[in-house]
Amino acid sequence: MALRFEVVIVGAGPAGLAAAITLARAGVEVIIFERGEHPGSKNVMGGVLYRHPTETIVPRFYQEAPLERPVVEQRLWLLTDEAALTLGYKSMTFAGEPYNAFTVLRARFDRWLAEQAVAAGALLINETVVEDLLWEKDRVVGVRAGRAEGDVRAEVVILAEGANSLLTQKAGLKKDGINTNQLAVAVKEIIALPREKIEDRFNLEEGQGCTIELLGDATKGMMGTAFIYTNKDSLSVGVGVLLSSLVRRRLNPNDLLEHLKSHPMVRRLLTGGESKEYQGHLIPEGGYRAIPKLYGNGVLVAGDAAMLVNGIHREGSNLAMTSGLLAAKTILAAREKGDYSAANLAPYREMLAESFVLQDLQKYQRAPFFFDQNPHFFTLYPQLLSRAAREFLTVDNVPKGEKQKRIWREITAERSRIQLAGDLYHFWRVMG
Amino acid sequence: MLQMVVCVKQVPDTAEVRIDPRTNTLVRAGVPAIINPFDAHAVEAAVRLKEKYGGRVTALSMGPLQAEEVLRRALGMGADRAILLTDRAFAGSDTLATSYILARAIEALSRETPVDLVFCGKQAIDGDTAQVGPGIATRLGFTQLTYCMAIDAVDLEQGYIQVQRKLEGKREIIRGRLPALLTVVKDLNELSYLSLPALIRAALATITTWNKDNLDLDPAQIGLKGSPTSVRRIFAPPARPGGEIIPGEPRAAAATLVARLVQMKIIADK
Repeated sequence: MALRFEVVIVGAGPAGLAAAITLARAGVEVIIFERGEHPGSKNVMGGVLYRHPTETIVPRFYQEAPLERPVVEQRLWLLTDEAALTLGYKSMTFAGEPYNAFTVLRARFDRWLAEQAVAAGALLINETVVEDLLWEKDRVVGVRAGRAEGDVRAEVVILAEGANSLLTQKAGLKKDGINTNQLAVAVKEIIALPREKIEDRFNLEEGQGCTIELLGDATKGMMGTAFIYTNKDSLSVGVGVLLSSLVRRRLNPNDLLEHLKSHPMVRRLLTGGESKEYQGHLIPEGGYRAIPKLYGNGVLVAGDAAMLVNGIHREGSNLAMTSGLLAAKTILAAREKGDYSAANLAPYREMLAESFVLQDLQKYQRAPFFFDQNPHFFTLYPQLLSRAAREFLTVDNVPKGEKQKRIWREITAERSRIQLAGDLYHFWRVMG
Repeated sequence: MLQMVVCVKQVPDTAEVRIDPRTNTLVRAGVPAIINPFDAHAVEAAVRLKEKYGGRVTALSMGPLQAEEVLRRALGMGADRAILLTDRAFAGSDTLATSYILARAIEALSRETPVDLVFCGKQAIDGDTAQVGPGIATRLGFTQLTYCMAIDAVDLEQGYIQVQRKLEGKREIIRGRLPALLTVVKDLNELSYLSLPALIRAALATITTWNKDNLDLDPAQIGLKGSPTSVRRIFAPPARPGGEIIPGEPRAAAATLVARLVQMKIIADK
C-alpha cells in the first residue's frame, strides 16, 4: 500500500521550505523530498538573502539563522580589460535592524531553514530523488521516489525542484527540453580570507558586508554578470552568463571565472585567499515569457522550477520563498473546500500576479530577448563609457568643451546617432 | 534469536575537515557530521544476520544530542531501536572511559535479554585509534574478533560464530565462542539502498536517551577524570616535497631512472 500524505513537496530549497513551513504550521501533513545529502548541499546562489521576504516565513530569523554579513554597501562595476567605471551605494541604515539583505552560504542556511520546517512538523526525507508523478486520469495524485516502495500518494504536489525542472515537464506544465536562451550557467568559488583582511580590503566595519556586481569585461562581454560577495571569513566570487552565449562563443564557465579572478581590478581583492569550494549551477533566466503554467490538477510549481528569477536585479530566493508561501496559502484555501483541482488552485497565479513576483518579471519581460539580440550593451557600451571617462578625467590642457566633442566623436564613430537614439529608446522601454 | 548491539559514532566528514595551521587542531566548525563509515557496515552486518537468524538489533551511540542523526541512519538501515548515551559528565572521555561507558550500557541491555553479539567499526575515522571495540570486548569478557571481512556462520545452539579476519595479504578464518564482539571492515558487505518506508520510519522514530543516572557508573572512570590519555600535540605531516619528472623518450628515461636508483642504492647494480 502506498504511503499517504496531504502534501508532497519536491525540493527543499527556499520555495519548498517556505511552503513546508507554512503548511506544517497550519497542521497539514507534509513530506519534503530533497535529493541532496541535506538541504543546501546541492543548492547554489551567489549568496544574497533578502530580509523582508524571509521574515514573512520566519520572523526575526536573523537572530538565530546562520548568516554571513548584513549587506551595507552595493557596488556596480563596469569593467573593460584594464579599467572600471564604478557606482555604489552604502548606508549605515542597512547595518542594523530591520536590515535589508545578508550574504549567506546556502549549505548552512538551507539546512537551518529545513530545521524550522521539521520543527513545525514537516517530514524531511533527504538523499531521495523524485523520479515521476503518479496520475489518475488527468490529475496528479502523488509522486514516485527513487527508492524501493517509493510511491507516495498526496492530495496535492508542490514542484519546487529547481532549474532543471523535469517533473514540471512531466506534469505537462512546461515544454520538454532545455532552452539555452532561458538558462544561465553560474560558477562560483568560495575563497577563504581572514575576516580582518576582508574588512580592510572592502572598507567595512567589523561584521558588515558588501556586494559587488560586475558587468562588461567581467563576462567577456556576454549577457550576464559577475559578482563578489563578502562572507564572514570568505568571499563568494562568481560569474553567471546565458548558456546560449557561452555556446556561441565556445567558452566554458571556468575560463570566465579565471578571467575575472585575474582582472587587475579584482586580483588584489582575492590575493592570498585559499579556494575552498567550487560550485556550478543553472539559473532559469527566461523571464516572464518563459514562465510555465503554474498549476494543474493536484499540482503547483514554485521557485526556480517556475522560472521565478529576476536576473536584472539578481533576485531569486525572495521570489522563490514568496511563491512557496503563496502556493501554501492556495493549498490551505483549497483544503477547506476539499478540492485540489486546477480551478481551485488558480488563485495561486492570481496572487503571484498581484505580488511583486510577477509584476517585476513582467516589467522586464522583454529584457532576456532584447539583451540576447543586442550584445553591444555588454560589449561596446562599457568600452565607450570607459573611454569617455578616461578622456574626461585625463588632464592635458585640452579645454573641457573640446574633450566633450572628442568623446562624442568617438561614440558616434562606433554607433550612429540614429542607432544611439534607438538603443536609448529600446533600453528605456525594456528597463523603464 | 540473536540479540545484537551495534556501536555507532558520529564523526566529522573527514573529506571536509581541515587542520588549523596555527593551532594544529582539527577545524570542526561547520563540518557536516556523518556516521563513521565502518560503523555503517557494522549496522548492515547486524541487520543481515537478523534477517537470516531472527533477532533484534539495538544501535548504541555516545555523544551530544546531535548524534541522534547517526542513530536515525541506523534505524533507517533496519536497526530495531536506538539508544543515545548523552551526559555532560561523559564529555572528554578518551577510549578507556568511552569503552567503559559503552560496556556498562551493553551490560544494562544484557540484563533485559542477554546480548550475543556486539558490532563496532574497525576504527573511527576521526581518532583512528581502533581501541574502543577491543576495550568493550575486554570489559565484557566477550570473544574479540577484529577486522572481520566476512561472517561465515553463527550457531546459537553450539554457541559459536565463524568469521574471516582481514590481515595483511591474507585472511584468517576463525571460530569464536559467543557472546562475541566483532569489529568490521568495509569488505564485509555492501550497504543496501534504503526503502522509502524505512527512511520515513527512521525519521519519525523516537530515540531513547540514557544519561549517567541510567547506568551504574563509577564517576572516577568517566569523562575527563576517567581519561588518562592526553593529547600532546596534533600536527599535519610536513608537505611532501615535489617529486621529479625525468623527461625524455621512454627508453632513455627508464635508463636514467635505473641509473639514479642504483646510485641511491635503492636497487642493486647488476
